[in-house]
Amino acid sequence: MIRQSAILFGCLALGELIVYLTGVKLPSSIIGMLLLTLLLRLGWVKLHWVQGMSDFLVENLGFFFIPPGVALMCYLDIIKAQFWPIVISTLISTIIVLVVTGWVHQLIRKIK
Amino acid sequence: MTSFFENQFFLIAATFILFFFAKLLQKKTQILLLNPILITIAILIIFLKCFDISYSTYSQSGKLIEFWLKPAVVALGVPLYLQLETIKKQFIPIFLSQFAGCTIGVISVVLIAKLMGADQEVILSLAPKSVTTPIAMEVTQSIGGIPSLTAAVVVCVGLLGAILGFKTMKLMKVHSPIAQGLAIGAAAHAVGTSTAMEISRKYGAYASLGLTLNGILTSILTPSILRLMNVL
Repeated sequence: MIRQSAILFGCLALGELIVYLTGVKLPSSIIGMLLLTLLLRLGWVKLHWVQGMSDFLVENLGFFFIPPGVALMCYLDIIKAQFWPIVISTLISTIIVLVVTGWVHQLIRKIK
Repeated sequence: MTSFFENQFFLIAATFILFFFAKLLQKKTQILLLNPILITIAILIIFLKCFDISYSTYSQSGKLIEFWLKPAVVALGVPLYLQLETIKKQFIPIFLSQFAGCTIGVISVVLIAKLMGADQEVILSLAPKSVTTPIAMEVTQSIGGIPSLTAAVVVCVGLLGAILGFKTMKLMKVHSPIAQGLAIGAAAHAVGTSTAMEISRKYGAYASLGLTLNGILTSILTPSILRLMNVL
């Protein structure tokens, strides 16, 4: 557990350091994720060193979104005032992204 | 009693307990709309409103849970690593599909919101809606929207993708598992990824790839797209 935390938080802290040093406009967590992939790939980190904790975190990813979701209650006024533009644009756009991403991938694979 | 309801451990326990039962409920009923994340958020908001507890009180406890979001995103590196070989083989289709998804995602949401008369700051807060919370909030901040509104919308978009995603794709003939995984990750970030992960690790890996690539592309491209559209 300690080794697992050390690696995961180590990657995250390194991500924070990279953001701090370079001022790159990417979240530290995404950089940390790419670092972890790289370390596994290079074999510097063995898969079983991180698997237990990363499985737990990945399986429960949705749970960690509950608090930012509850923050909706602070914006009920704005949301009520502009309910339809927000809901319709978000709904349609999300469907478009799903379908376009899927189609483009399938199409290009077919061409190749 | 109300003051007890503000107790930090009570609020944390309530979040876990509600989520536990909400998951049980969905397992029993198999109704997609009864998404456990959605149910838990809704009940918590109603509860806090009823007892007049402010969000800042709740977030004292909530941030201890939210804290794990970042390490959890790092942990997505593991399924990503496991699919690395397949990804390398398909780099071009993967990259192009993400590029298309990212661009059209920003353009469509901004265009529709603008046509329907949304305020400037709401439009800006919606622009990065498809990507994971930390990235989306950072993008909103940099273009002058309301980051917490973005956070809330992002969670809703994720739920939308998780609830409707696989049905929509089946309807629109997106059949390949790789395309489905990529699309759900691109459109519905980590919440979509978590549903993909429930189907299989392989799906989940593509979804986490979609989430990452779209996240990176969105943070790089959004300001330019908005400038081209004359909204910024």
